[in-house]
Amino acid sequence: MPDFRIKKHPILPVPERKNIQFTWQGKSLTAQEGETISAALFANGIRIFGHHPKDGSPLGLFCANGQCSQCMVIANGSPVKSCMELIQPGMDVQPNDGLPALPAVDAVPEFAPIPEIDVPVLIIGGGPAGLSAAIELGKSGIQTLLVDDKHKLGGKLVLQTHRFFGSTDAVYAGTRGIDIATRLENEVRQYHSVDIWLQSTCLAVFSDKKVGILRDGVQYTLVKPQILLVASGAREKFLAFKGNTLPGVYGAGAFQTLVNRDLVRPAEKLFIVGGGNVGLIAGYHALQAGIGVVGLVEALPECGGYKVHKDKLARMGVPIYTSHTILSANGTDKVESVTIAQVDSHFAPIPGTEESFECDSVLIAVGLDPVNEFYLKARDFGIEALSAGDAEEIAEASAAIFSGKIKGREIAKMLGSPVSDVPPVWYKTGEILKSKPGKTYFEQFPDLAEGVMPVIHCSQEIPCNPCAGLCPNGLIIVDKKDIRSVPTFIGNNYCCAGCERCVAGCPGLAITLVDYTSNPDRPVVSIPYEFTRDVISAKDIVIVLDTQGQKLGSLEVIDVHTIPSSDRTMIVQVAADREIAPHIAGILIQEANITHPMLQYVKHMTDDTIICRCEHVTAGEIRRLIRDGYRDINEIKTVTRAGMGSCGGKTCSPLIQRLFKEEGVPYNEVTGPSRRPPFIEVPLGSFAGEKREAK
Amino acid sequence: MTPNPDTTFDAIVIGAGSIGTPTAYYLAKSGLKVLVLESVPSVGQGSNKRAIGGIRATHSDPAKIALCLRSIEIFSTFKEQFGDDIEWDRCGYAFVAYRDLEEKTLKNLLVTQKSFGLNIDWYDAQAFSEIIPDINPNGLIGGTFSPEDGSASPLLTNHAYYTHAVELGVEFHFVEPIRAMDVQNGKIRSITTDNATYSAGIVVNCAGAWAADVGKLAGIDLPVRPDSHEAAITEPVARFLGPMVVDIRPAPGSTNYYFYQHITGQIIFCITPAPNAWGFDTRETSSYLPMVSRRMIEVMPRLKNLRVRRTWRGLYPMTPDGFPIFGWAPGISNFLLGVGLCGQGFMLGPAGGELLARIAQNASTENDQMILKYVSPERKFEGQELLK
Repeated sequence: MPDFRIKKHPILPVPERKNIQFTWQGKSLTAQEGETISAALFANGIRIFGHHPKDGSPLGLFCANGQCSQCMVIANGSPVKSCMELIQPGMDVQPNDGLPALPAVDAVPEFAPIPEIDVPVLIIGGGPAGLSAAIELGKSGIQTLLVDDKHKLGGKLVLQTHRFFGSTDAVYAGTRGIDIATRLENEVRQYHSVDIWLQSTCLAVFSDKKVGILRDGVQYTLVKPQILLVASGAREKFLAFKGNTLPGVYGAGAFQTLVNRDLVRPAEKLFIVGGGNVGLIAGYHALQAGIGVVGLVEALPECGGYKVHKDKLARMGVPIYTSHTILSANGTDKVESVTIAQVDSHFAPIPGTEESFECDSVLIAVGLDPVNEFYLKARDFGIEALSAGDAEEIAEASAAIFSGKIKGREIAKMLGSPVSDVPPVWYKTGEILKSKPGKTYFEQFPDLAEGVMPVIHCSQEIPCNPCAGLCPNGLIIVDKKDIRSVPTFIGNNYCCAGCERCVAGCPGLAITLVDYTSNPDRPVVSIPYEFTRDVISAKDIVIVLDTQGQKLGSLEVIDVHTIPSSDRTMIVQVAADREIAPHIAGILIQEANITHPMLQYVKHMTDDTIICRCEHVTAGEIRRLIRDGYRDINEIKTVTRAGMGSCGGKTCSPLIQRLFKEEGVPYNEVTGPSRRPPFIEVPLGSFAGEKREAK
Repeated sequence: MTPNPDTTFDAIVIGAGSIGTPTAYYLAKSGLKVLVLESVPSVGQGSNKRAIGGIRATHSDPAKIALCLRSIEIFSTFKEQFGDDIEWDRCGYAFVAYRDLEEKTLKNLLVTQKSFGLNIDWYDAQAFSEIIPDINPNGLIGGTFSPEDGSASPLLTNHAYYTHAVELGVEFHFVEPIRAMDVQNGKIRSITTDNATYSAGIVVNCAGAWAADVGKLAGIDLPVRPDSHEAAITEPVARFLGPMVVDIRPAPGSTNYYFYQHITGQIIFCITPAPNAWGFDTRETSSYLPMVSRRMIEVMPRLKNLRVRRTWRGLYPMTPDGFPIFGWAPGISNFLLGVGLCGQGFMLGPAGGELLARIAQNASTENDQMILKYVSPERKFEGQELLK
C-alpha cells in the first residue's frame, strides 16, 4: 500500500505515533492515532471521498477547516466531516455518495441546560492577533475568555515553518511561525485571568447580545461579553476555472494543514495559482515536504508577495509565470494536469498562449478576505466589539500580532484598567507592519572582493529587520525609524568576523557570505539551506543559482553545517570563482519544469466552471441570470441554489460578485447575500444540550 | 389631460411576495395592465423566502379549507401548468398527540375537518408510527394524518409566478417604496414613490407584514401586525421522514412547533413563540435553537445527529382572529386587500391571488362569496381559529 506520510522534515518534528487499523470500503488500512479521518485517507493515497448528489462528480478534501462539507464520509454509519473527526481503531469508513443516511437513534438522550456565562472580554480566535490581545489583557488581570476552533493555539502560525518577517522588537521577527505560536501560547498561559477554550467554535452572535460557542466541539454554550474582540482571521478567496471542484484542488490553508499539521504528502506534483506571499510560501513548504512544484502562475506582471519569497522559490527551480492565469484543472476523477495561459492587460487570456502541464494537485492562493461576520453582526446588535488581525484588515501575521496587542491594550483601557494609553509609536509600528512591499532596487554587490563580505540579496522595501540585530558587530543596518528600508552592510572587508548568523537568520534566506581569506580567486560561499539534511552533504555537486534563479554553474559542496543560532537552517559552503561568488544566492532543489508542457491542452469552457462548489452551480447558470437583469444575489440564490450549501456562500459570494464585474454591472447595483448563522453546521443535539463526550 | 401610459395602470399591486406576486400574475392573466411596487431589491425577499414551505388544506374553517384545497390543486399541477419545478411533495401533515388534551383537541377538530370532506384521519400509536417510523413511541397516543397536504419551495414558487407575470407584461418596480397615496372621494387617485406618481383603476395591498403601514397611507387602519417566528434548515440527508410533523403541545417559550423533510432532503423547522414576538425584529436570537431542537429530539430522537445549517426569522402578519383579510377596503372603493395572512401567505397565495383577481374583475363566484364572508375586512375580528 502506498504511504503518503511525511517521514522526515527539515523543520517540523515527526512524532512517533501508534498505528491503528481502520477500514475504507471494507478494506483494512493503517492510520496513526490522533490523526483526522481525512489525514488517514490521504496517507493511504485516497483522495476521492464521495460523489456529489447533484451531478455525481467526485468530491474530496477542500477547506480542511470544517467550513464546507466536501470531505464528508460515512464513519461507523454516521455522516461526518472527515477533516474534523479523528480516526478511531476499527472505524468503518465509507464514501459519501449522494445524500447520506441519517443514523437511527433509539432513545431520547439526556439533556442538560445550555450554560450561560458572563465575561468581561471574549476573544474569538487564538491566532497571532487573539493571543497577543489576550496577553495584553492578561497583563492587566482582566478576566478574558479566548475561544479557538482548533485543538492547538496559534491559528495559522502553527502551519508556518519559515522564519517571520517584521520587526524583531515588536513581533518576534526572525523566529519561525510555529515557534512564535509556542512563545505566545506559553506567555498567555501564564495569566490566570485568561481562560482558554480550544476546539470551541464561535457559531453566532445573537441580537440578545449573547455569543453562541460550541465548546469542546460538542457543548453548546452562550457567552455574554462586555466587550467582544473578533480575531477570527481570514478566509481564502476562491477562483473560478474549469475543473475547480476536482479532488486535488485545494486552498493554500488546506494544503498547509495537510502538509505541516497532518504530515501527509497530498501531492507529488503541485501547481500553484497566485504569487502573493501565501502562494509563494506554500510553494516553499511543499518543496520542504518533498513535493515537486510544477510552476506558479500570477495574473499580475509581478508577484505581489515579498520579492525574497519569490526569489527563494525561483532559485529552488520553480518556474514562475507572471501575467498568466489558470484556465482549467483537467482530469476525470482527480487533477491530472492544468492548463494555463498568458493574460493581456485586462487579465483576459490570450488565445494561442495556452500550455498544459502534468500535475496532480492545484493550490489556490489568490488572496484573503476578512472573517468579519461576527464583528459586523455584533456592531449591528449593539455589542461593544472590536476586530484585530486579518479579521480587521488583511496583512502579514506579524502585523496581526501587533494589531492584537494594540486592541488588547485598548480594551484594557476601556474596562478601566490603570494601564497607560496605547503609545502613539505602536500605531505607527502597526501601520508599518501592515504595509505592502515598496520599491525594489537593483541588487547591489560589494565593490570589494577580499576579506569576508556578506552579500545581501534583499533589494525590496519590506517591513523586516532581523538581520540588523543578528550581526554581533552591528554592521548590518536597517533604518530604525522605518524598518521597510533595504538593509545595508556598513563594514569593510575586514570588519566581518564571518560568524554566519546573518546567513542562518535572514527570514528570506537572502544573505550569503563570501570568504576570500583562504583563496581570493576561489572564495568560499556560505548559503542558507532549509531542506532535510540527508539530501546534501560534502562532495556533492550542486547547481548554484543567482537571486532570480539563473544557473551560475555546478560546484562541489565543501561543507554542510549549522551554527548555534541556526535553528534548523543549515549552511552549505561551496567554493566558487570570484566572478560568480557574490552572485550565488541559492542551490537548485528541483530541476525547473519537472513536467514539460503537454502537446494537447484541454480547451476551457468558462460557462462550465463551478461557482458554488457546495451546490455545483456553474458560471453559465449565473451569468445567464445576470444578463437577464438579475441584480440581487439573494434572487440568484433562489433560482440556482448558489450559496445555499454547507459553507453558507462564503466561497461563492465573492465569485458571483466577480461575475457581475465581468458582465460590466457596477457594484452599487448589486444586492449582496444575507449572512446567517451558524458559522458551521452543528448537530441539533448540541443545540439541545444533549450530553455528549467532548472530542 | 390624457393619462401617461408609462404611469397609468389597470391595477397596482403593492408587494411582490407570497400574495402579491401570484395576484399580479392572475390580474394580468385576466387581461389587466399591472404594476407591482416593491420596496426590496427582488421578488420574494420579504417574508416569502423565510416561509418553510408547508401547504395544508386541513384547517378548521370553510374559507381557508376552500382556498387551500384550490391552492393544492395549483401547487400539485404546477409543473404541468407552468412548466416549473417548485419542489412540490405531497408529503401530508401529521399532528401528533402525547397527551389526552391534544388527543381531544385533534379528535374534535377532526369532526369539523371531515365534515368539509377533507382526507384526514386519526391513527393510533402503532398506525401513526408506521406513517412516521422515527416518531418517539414512548407515551405516544396517536395523531391525525392528512395525506393530501404537502410542501413546496416558497422561493421557487414565488419566483415562478414572477417570471410568468413578467411574461404577461406585468411591470415590477423593485426598491421603490410607496411614499404617498392620494385618496379623494373614497378612491385612491394616485400613488407616489421616489421615482414617479402612478395611477390605477384599482390598488391591491399585498404588503404582508407592512400592510398596516400601506393602509395608513390610504388613511385606513388595518388590524395587521407582525409576529416574529424563527426557523432553521439542516443539511440534506437521504429521505427518512414523510409528512410535516406538528406538535401542538405548549411549552415554556413556545406554543407549538413543526418540521418536515423537504423533497431535497433538508429538515426545515419553525416554532411559534409564546408570548408573541410582536414587531419587525428579524434578528436572530440565542433562545430559539436550544428551545426548538430539544422539543424536536424529544419527539424524534433520530434528529439529534442532524446538523443545523442555517437559521433565520420571518414575520407572520397577524390579525386579531387569526384569519386572513381579503376584499375591498371599507370606505375606499378601489382599494383591494389581500393582507393578514397570519403566516400562511405561501399556502394561500395561489388561490388567494386568483380570488383577488376575480374580485378585482367583479367576477367572484358563489364559493368566493362564501369565503369572503369569513375573511371580509368588515368582519368584527372577534372569533378565534380552532387550531392556529
